[in-house]
Amino acid sequence: MARIVIRRLAIFALSLWAASVIVFAAIEVVPGDPAALMLGLNATPETLAAARASLGLDQPPALRYLDWVGGFLRGDLGQSWTYKVPVADLVADRAAVSVPLAAIALGLSTALALPLGLIAAARRGRAADAAVMGVTQLGLAVPNFWFAMLLVLLFALHWRVLPAGGFPGWSDPATGLRALILPAVALALPQAAILARVLRSALIEVLAQEYIRTARAKGLSRGATLLRHALRNAALPVLTILGMQFSFLLAGTIIIENVFYLPGLGRLVFQAITQRDLIVVESVVMLLVVAVITVTFLTEIAYALADPRLRGRA
Amino acid sequence: MRAAPGLIAGGVLSAAAAAAALVSLVWTPHDPQAMQIAARLAPPSAAHWLGTDHFGRDIAAMLMAGARVSLGVAVVAVGIGVGLGVPAGLWAAARGGWVDEAVMRLNDVVFAFPALVSAILITAVLGPSATNAIVAIGIFNIPVFARVARAGALSIWTLDFIRAARLAGKGRARISVEHVLPNIAGLLIVQATIQFSLAILAEAGLSYVGLGVQPPAPSWGRMLAEAQTMAAIAPHVAIFPGLAIVTAVLGLNLLGDGLRDALDPRLRPVRTGG
Repeated sequence: MARIVIRRLAIFALSLWAASVIVFAAIEVVPGDPAALMLGLNATPETLAAARASLGLDQPPALRYLDWVGGFLRGDLGQSWTYKVPVADLVADRAAVSVPLAAIALGLSTALALPLGLIAAARRGRAADAAVMGVTQLGLAVPNFWFAMLLVLLFALHWRVLPAGGFPGWSDPATGLRALILPAVALALPQAAILARVLRSALIEVLAQEYIRTARAKGLSRGATLLRHALRNAALPVLTILGMQFSFLLAGTIIIENVFYLPGLGRLVFQAITQRDLIVVESVVMLLVVAVITVTFLTEIAYALADPRLRGRA
Repeated sequence: MRAAPGLIAGGVLSAAAAAAALVSLVWTPHDPQAMQIAARLAPPSAAHWLGTDHFGRDIAAMLMAGARVSLGVAVVAVGIGVGLGVPAGLWAAARGGWVDEAVMRLNDVVFAFPALVSAILITAVLGPSATNAIVAIGIFNIPVFARVARAGALSIWTLDFIRAARLAGKGRARISVEHVLPNIAGLLIVQATIQFSLAILAEAGLSYVGLGVQPPAPSWGRMLAEAQTMAAIAPHVAIFPGLAIVTAVLGLNLLGDGLRDALDPRLRPVRTGG
């Protein structure tokens, strides 16, 4: 067990390091001088040199990389070139929208997928199964941002029950949450379709096992067998897919923020691209990649912990 | 091979999307870029089957031309994934040991860059373009195909006929190409179908946020981006491009599932996406 965790930790660290080199190198090769960009056309060579020095651009790349990583670990992401405020503050501000949105969507998709997958597996081959499979097949094909636009058309413009976009902030949590309902639903439904299908096939596989027959033979009802034995054993493949889906959830969140004009990390990074505020792009991209790598790592650890068969192996 | 309804439906829908793209090369109902401001935001009619957009461009013509762009991006992106991922996976399986370990760890790192994140990074450096979208989606496809090819190849390497080929003096590379690859081709085709549908979704998303295809080239995602502010007054401009995406993606998914069941019911491709 300890060997697995140590091995996974080593891979985790290695992946983080490699990803940080890729992100840093990509931003490094950018043509154009950020100092010149910040100061405009009228800058004198002296002010340019001073600006370059204050940004640390006169240092060799290797030193700047170490500086950047060191800052990142301390939570110091540098100063935004356009907003002139610490990138960490900008990111924290925007994450207060993106992270709750992703979390609500994740919870919602799990809450939807669980009953759908259970019903489909329990009623395999029947009408209910066919209905779940049909609806989820459609769910896989619908782009979440288009679905979001349809939701806005119906709920915000036609029925006028929910806001079409924008975010009022968290000062009143209720109105804040209201603004996230449609985005979260748009994100959750396609995710739920995938999860429900994975859960269904995992459950069907588990239901064919001997111990399920034993559980039934000792008098446990179908429902109790499904919930107590099958669901627990089907949780592993579902967990793995959930982990793999995380990066799609992040990407989806970034795109959905654009549909609803939500001031989240996605809007921040797109504005930063237009304004050539590369230090913001660099930090947000690195944070997203760190999130994906961390979730992958946690999924694998959870997998190892949950499956006793894997405990002895490396 | 039993022809299942899903396989047929998938084949028909995919063929329709491909046909729209191919026919658009020689014919579209109107010039997809011709603006007729007088006829802007017109609802579907005999003259404009699917109506017009805010510049009075014919939506049916734009969808056909957009099919060419969307499917084209997906073809090349999946091609990158197959072209680089499959050899890497075959090599990892054939050599095992540290080569396998190195290839798989590299895979993990690439896998940590979802297409959107790669696209953000590439666009920040080089500016937005269809090529960047292709590269970003292609990069994400490499580890997918490497994993599938490796897993498939590992199971083939344990079979007796491979041992026979080894005894006949064939090298690992030659065995990989001559014996392993043909035996995992079905698996790869099924995965390619699914990655193709994911690539269409990814392209649409990237073009929607402005990281992909640039104006005036029509793409389904870009049409949706332009439709967003118009949807309230003319819902058809937002509905038809979305339906085009759903049709193509649904068709490919059904085709992929149908092919998998027809080739080998035990094969189960890794499906991620949303």
